Amino acid sequence: MAVEHSHPTGAEAAAHEAHAEDHHPTWKTYKWVALILFVITVAEVWAYYIPALVASRAFVPSLLIMSVAKFAIVVLFYMHLKYDARLFRALFYGPLAIAVITVVALLFLFGQISLTS
Amino acid sequence: MATAAIEHHDAPHHHTSTGLDNTKIAVWAFIGSECLFFMSLISTYLIYKGRSLVGPLPHEPWTDPATGQTFKAILNIPVTSASTFVLLMSSLFMVLAHSAVVRSDRKYSKIWLAMTALAGTTFLGFQAFEFTEFVHAGLTLDRNLFGSTFFTLTGFHGAHVTVGVIWLITLLFIDIKRGLGPRDAVNVDICALYWHFVDVVWIAIFTLVYLIQ
Repeated sequence: MAVEHSHPTGAEAAAHEAHAEDHHPTWKTYKWVALILFVITVAEVWAYYIPALVASRAFVPSLLIMSVAKFAIVVLFYMHLKYDARLFRALFYGPLAIAVITVVALLFLFGQISLTS
Repeated sequence: MATAAIEHHDAPHHHTSTGLDNTKIAVWAFIGSECLFFMSLISTYLIYKGRSLVGPLPHEPWTDPATGQTFKAILNIPVTSASTFVLLMSSLFMVLAHSAVVRSDRKYSKIWLAMTALAGTTFLGFQAFEFTEFVHAGLTLDRNLFGSTFFTLTGFHGAHVTVGVIWLITLLFIDIKRGLGPRDAVNVDICALYWHFVDVVWIAIFTLVYLIQ
């Protein structure tokens, strides 16, 4: 992001953060990201229609891994969090971590997932 | 299309103690709070998953013991896969729109903004079709736990998509009226952040609600 003012001496961290905002992915990156997202989505739906895979223990973990990969790719590249300031990352990853931990805790609490088979 | 790095020439902002645009900080804080909001809806769905006493059910048929009426598995994966694809493509259109605005490319900024809004509207059309089909199949908000949690979760997501489409159409009108340029890049960027967030929420919903049985 272009900044109108010059940073005061001793504000290297802020300058670094502002400089970090100047970098966005390239066109090529965006096209690859779209292709990867499409391929993962196709793989997810394909997995859904294979009865043997659906019945196996690997089904849910594999779907979760693919979903997390898609989530991460969109956040890192389309939302350009990979290139953005640390404060933005903290504002997103902090609540996200709290939310995920809360969901997992609730699922254990209500018996939807269990460590014992 | 240019292959050079798409740089971020946002409008100059006033000096802040962080060196960052306050609007973007606010938007990221808002998105963080939205994470908690949607996770609460998702966790409610997952907690009640498989605990409905009556059908229709998401992945398996159900026969009403009183009437003998059979309800088929209600989720339509091909239709939802198509709507998921449309929403994913809308995210690509959105980054292309932002890039065009940054480059002051007024022709393509209009095209990509319109394409993004159109993709969002198409997604909403799929959702309206799905909801209508479900209601006709006997699944309503108060039918069972699945209906309550499903309609609440996907309904709130649809409401967010609706807000995003309105936001996009507003930007498109501004672009038509006076043109969007680098000075507007922050405004387009925060709209893009919101739109991509709506997309990532759907990525989670698609897997957790539709695919995992």
